[in-house]
Amino acid sequence: MKKYKHYVFALLGVSLLLAGCGNQNGKSSSNGALSSSAAEKVYVAPGEQDEYYAFLSGGYSGNLTVYGLPSGRMFKEIPVFSQFPTSGYGYSEETKPMLNTSFGFVPWDDSHHPDISQTNGELDGRWIFINGNNTPRIARISLSTFETEEIIEVPNSAGNHSSSFITENTEYVVAGTRFSVPVPQRDMPINEYKGNFKGALSFISVDPEHGHLDLKFQLLMPGFNYDLSHPGRGKSHGWFFFTTYNTEEANSLMEVNSSQNDKDFIAAINWKKIEEYVNNGGGTKMPANYAHNVYDEHTHTATSTMRKEVLTVDPTKVPGAVFFLPTPKSPHGCDVDPTGEYIIGNGKLSADLTVHSFDKMIAAIEGEKFDGEAYGIPILKFEDVLAGTVKSGGLGPLHTEFDGKGNAYTTFFISSEVVKWKLGTWEVVDRKPTFYSVGHIMIPGGNSRKPFGKYAVAMNKITKDRYLPTGPEMEHSAQIYDISGEKMELIYDFPTHGEPHYAAGCPAELLAPKSKKIYRLTENKHEFATLTPNDARVERNGKEVHIYMSTIRSHFTPDNIEGVKVGDKVYFHITNHEQDFDVPHGFSIIGQNTSELLVMPGQTKTSIWEPKKVGVWPFYCTDFCSALHQEMQGYVRVSPANSNIELSWSLGE
Amino acid sequence: MKKASILMIIGPLFLLGLYAFPLWNIMLGAPQYPEPLGMNIHIDGIRDANEFDLQNIDGLNHYIGMRKLPKPEEMWEFSTFPLVIGGMVFLGLVIGILGYFKKVGYQWFMGWFVLMSVLGVLGMYDFNAWMVDYGTNLDPNAIMKLSNPDGTPMSYKPPLFGHAKMLNFDVTSLPSTGAWMMFTGMMLILTAFFLGWKTHKSKKTEKS
Repeated sequence: MKKYKHYVFALLGVSLLLAGCGNQNGKSSSNGALSSSAAEKVYVAPGEQDEYYAFLSGGYSGNLTVYGLPSGRMFKEIPVFSQFPTSGYGYSEETKPMLNTSFGFVPWDDSHHPDISQTNGELDGRWIFINGNNTPRIARISLSTFETEEIIEVPNSAGNHSSSFITENTEYVVAGTRFSVPVPQRDMPINEYKGNFKGALSFISVDPEHGHLDLKFQLLMPGFNYDLSHPGRGKSHGWFFFTTYNTEEANSLMEVNSSQNDKDFIAAINWKKIEEYVNNGGGTKMPANYAHNVYDEHTHTATSTMRKEVLTVDPTKVPGAVFFLPTPKSPHGCDVDPTGEYIIGNGKLSADLTVHSFDKMIAAIEGEKFDGEAYGIPILKFEDVLAGTVKSGGLGPLHTEFDGKGNAYTTFFISSEVVKWKLGTWEVVDRKPTFYSVGHIMIPGGNSRKPFGKYAVAMNKITKDRYLPTGPEMEHSAQIYDISGEKMELIYDFPTHGEPHYAAGCPAELLAPKSKKIYRLTENKHEFATLTPNDARVERNGKEVHIYMSTIRSHFTPDNIEGVKVGDKVYFHITNHEQDFDVPHGFSIIGQNTSELLVMPGQTKTSIWEPKKVGVWPFYCTDFCSALHQEMQGYVRVSPANSNIELSWSLGE
Repeated sequence: MKKASILMIIGPLFLLGLYAFPLWNIMLGAPQYPEPLGMNIHIDGIRDANEFDLQNIDGLNHYIGMRKLPKPEEMWEFSTFPLVIGGMVFLGLVIGILGYFKKVGYQWFMGWFVLMSVLGVLGMYDFNAWMVDYGTNLDPNAIMKLSNPDGTPMSYKPPLFGHAKMLNFDVTSLPSTGAWMMFTGMMLILTAFFLGWKTHKSKKTEKS
């Protein structure tokens, strides 16, 4: 008790001190950022385009935002784990299944770490993956439609945080649990955590052609907290590295009780070895229940299937596959340099960074130089795997990215700064303040074999910023640094949406040319599509009324509908017949208990309306579609439940 | 005369380009169409410059009451033009071959050129007449009825050649690959005529 009090006070003192410094730095360097050269560097003139795409996780917004670099302009918010009334995602009948889980419909999540698909360790721009932290899920987003195409729930996991990182040929997207839990879940005393809870590390295979996800195997590790992870690359391809904390296995007052061990571990997993073991029939099949939701671009519809089984692997059953690398001070970020040689453990309660060497690790494993074991997993000797220590002079290192020129950039939360240092010599080259308390940092491709070391984006953890105040709650803030020179230069400050944790970036030319403009009507395979205006109709099936409706500038077909009754369940199936870029039509009707629909050209979407009152009720297009947009409206006549008015529909009569 | 006849044989072959490439191209750009919509006019029909352009041009034109762009079967020109071009290629080849074997004189080359030019002018005249009709014969129930400052109804006839500003659209109408190939072919034939004429003249001077 005494010890921890002392520690907390020290930390408090340090952070207060540094907050003071930060403010001063803020003032002096904000003048610097206004200098013309910084302005020129971020200025993307009207009509010109950014050099890079940046995908920032939305944190507790549950979504993914798309930005341009270096302008810091936001282009789009892609709905992933959260309902999005703007487009109807999670509200339309087609997209509701995307948010299905074993807990039922979960309309929100906490999205954390986006990662772009790779081939041979280089970004290939096919898909981007992101994890839902709260109700463990992994999503795959198409980078031609910029829409979420697939979500898979991760069973036996809780706090899906050391996710979603991909191997260098996108063989797997990896999802580790932050919270260990009983596996399988059961009713048991919480204080019997130690020795009983498990930490599941899930390897989800990615179909190379369609990107479809399949939970191939789950490694049931000791009950630590698996915080972050990164794949090996180049010579370390085939390995995956996870930072752990709470190797104390405490279950209460974690901020103290899980900070007692001087060293926690980086878990090194030889997934190729485990894959081989599994392919040869290894592992234990365990009953499970988890959702697999797939959206089809041609039916414009998602389907949700419950999976009932998961293949689990006990790490002690696969000799030579899992090792622990002692790493000081509750390491957070676990980053691997572009060559695959260095594994960086960012000890968040320390001032120093610990860098492990892959070659040394292999030598130590081959020499069987172990320093005991934990739950049957060999622990390597710290000194045997250590490549070096970066004496940074900062406090609270969290994450590291690379520029591909032999430099690494580490964020320091407590001292609120980015520190640039050299791989191999471990010497600190430069440091620049952030505003304030930086978490993640992103260099486009900085998590691949081929980084594009021109800009670094620092994403801050606290919302306090340097903008006009907007009350107690505000958006987070990010900074862009020009890292092309020896010294970093702060060139831009911009607000972000939600709480971006990690981000992923890539050159614009990788995605811009293949960004889809429309969906082809001829390829629309939606069950309730209206492919020509002649097919527009209204059908009754008991209390259900299906309206097959088409839209084109600027009218609905049909736009007058009679014969609907109070108590009916009315399905509006809207097909947009436009085949021109950027001509969506919206749909909304008075008293709709869901959101509007925003229907892209060639697409079909469905909204349910349950009329409760007799009357003539208007519906209209919500997206300004043409000079006659205000005329794009219609009426539904709703009669009493016992009326015998026949269904009828019309346009222009 | 041999050289001239070879040119006379090659020249008409350039007209075959019209079966593959558009004769004319009309592009419509506007502030909200930074990537312009466009149509390629082929001898056998009007096609999209980029996919769905015709559909989108029709979609816009309905506001001002213009008819839909004609399908190939809706205009006799699109079935006749390919035959006329085919006939002219055949005729040119025959003249060239006969010229090579000295069965016909170089005057026939000019004959072909004049005939082709007349047909070309007629074609342009017909094309222009269609555009006048297309741009002025408007649906009386059009959504937007616009008039010129002098009160006369606005016409939407695209320019035959060059650029015009029509409402918010910048319309550019220019010959396309097929036309340039035809032009090249016709120039070769004109050259054939001059070569034939020159050889004929030099032979005459030799004789005298």
